[in-house]
Amino acid sequence: MAAFMLIFRNSNPLERSPEQMQQDMQKWIAWFDGLTKAGVYKGQAAPLEPAGKVVRGSRKTVSDGPYAEAKDLVGGYAIVEAKDLEAAVEVARGCPAYERDGVVEVRPVRVM
Amino acid sequence: MNLDGLQIADHLFRREAGRMVSSLVRVLGMRHLALAEDAVQDALVRALETWKFGRMAENPAAWLMRAARNRAIDLLRRQAHLDHLAPQMILALETAHAESGPDGGEHAIADDELRLMFSCCDPELTRPAQVAVILKYLCGFSVREIAQAFLSSEVAVEKQLFRSRRALEARGELLEVRDADQVRARLPAVRNAIYLLFNEGYHGAHPQHVVREDLCYEAMRLGALLSDLPAAAVPETHALLALFCFLAARLAARVDDDGNLLLLADQDRRRWDRGLIEEGLRRLDLSARGEVLTAWHVEAAIAARHAAAGTFEATDWTSIRELYDVLLQLRPTPVVALNRAIAVGMAEGPEAGLKALADIDDRERLVRYPFFPAAMAEFELRAGRTERAAELLRAALTLARNHAEEDVLKRKLEACIDGRSA
Repeated sequence: MAAFMLIFRNSNPLERSPEQMQQDMQKWIAWFDGLTKAGVYKGQAAPLEPAGKVVRGSRKTVSDGPYAEAKDLVGGYAIVEAKDLEAAVEVARGCPAYERDGVVEVRPVRVM
Repeated sequence: MNLDGLQIADHLFRREAGRMVSSLVRVLGMRHLALAEDAVQDALVRALETWKFGRMAENPAAWLMRAARNRAIDLLRRQAHLDHLAPQMILALETAHAESGPDGGEHAIADDELRLMFSCCDPELTRPAQVAVILKYLCGFSVREIAQAFLSSEVAVEKQLFRSRRALEARGELLEVRDADQVRARLPAVRNAIYLLFNEGYHGAHPQHVVREDLCYEAMRLGALLSDLPAAAVPETHALLALFCFLAARLAARVDDDGNLLLLADQDRRRWDRGLIEEGLRRLDLSARGEVLTAWHVEAAIAARHAAAGTFEATDWTSIRELYDVLLQLRPTPVVALNRAIAVGMAEGPEAGLKALADIDDRERLVRYPFFPAAMAEFELRAGRTERAAELLRAALTLARNHAEEDVLKRKLEACIDGRSA
């Protein structure tokens, strides 16, 4: 088994009604729940605040906000365990993000 | 944060949206309705983006309220250079925060919702506009959801809400619900708006019944809130709530397993909600403690007679007919007259029913209403004139306003042709 990081890039910022938001949330919760029961997910995940700082260059310049367009903004991540990249992609395919034009990046965590 | 907090109440976001807007508007005033709405939307997005990872706050309502207040403070800071009152409002929000305590100030929020409810029923707004703003601000419905519920276009709803919001913002102040005189003056308008809301859900010609039932439950929630306010807990209010209870008790039985609409005669009465019928009877009792008799009293009494009948055949049509006589006096509309005529026919036989139908004063206003020829067909059938009944049902079919009505009438027609009684 290997570890993979699923990186969730921001879903559709289109206005949703409170009811739709709750339904979206419930789909995500059910998805994580299913992964937990399957032993794929061990609770390592977190949302990221949209605002932050970026430090860059030899002069260590500090600038506002993440280094991304709003639509590419990372909204959070989760670590899952899978046999190989293909299996991890299969896990990512089950994510509810796509209904809202979301993007999930699957990256193998390199073993040090 | 709670690891096991995967359970979430139905419609929590929608409900809390209304409560948060109400609470913010109380602190910020009506002129900041739009800002309150934005802050609430942002708080909900924040909750979604956080909780979707599987861990909800232990007290979601309090968490949301805190997030909405913080967001409102952010928004106010941004416009502080335009609004010299911003620092004062920020302070007020921070104080509200500190005062609400860990439970989020349940009782105070109910008052906030009532204040906004009364304020939304502003005489400057048309009745449909009042219902729309109530759905938007108190019930957390989106423009699209309101448009769906009212079979209207999103553009039209958007425009109407925009105009209404401007009018409400211009008012500036909220109606004070602790002032009994103010409450009494506006109570009829508030009850009417809630009644329209329920009616739209119950009778509106909308194919998606799920959205519609939500309207009924929202009307009942607001009605219950209203009856908790001493100055509003008067017999008419209880009569309205009694009516809601009896009608809502039948909601689950109105469609069969295949989603077909079922008329009263064909419903499985075991599926009627006994708890709601009990509550209806309790409210009906409270409604009788006064001098006034409103149409709602009579409608509730009629619904109670139906609820009391174990089978359609056991219905006490004689007393229902008498109640319709009274209702027709209080609300002389063609549809009430039609229902009265049906009760006459059920109580006294098909020929009497047909005569009562023919005697309806302004029956030309019913020419486009499919249940008028359908009622005639029912009595012709009971009188043994199958051919004539089938003819009338075919006429009714051409008037059906949606698939559900079409299906009901088709089934009646088929049963009629097969020679069974429908």
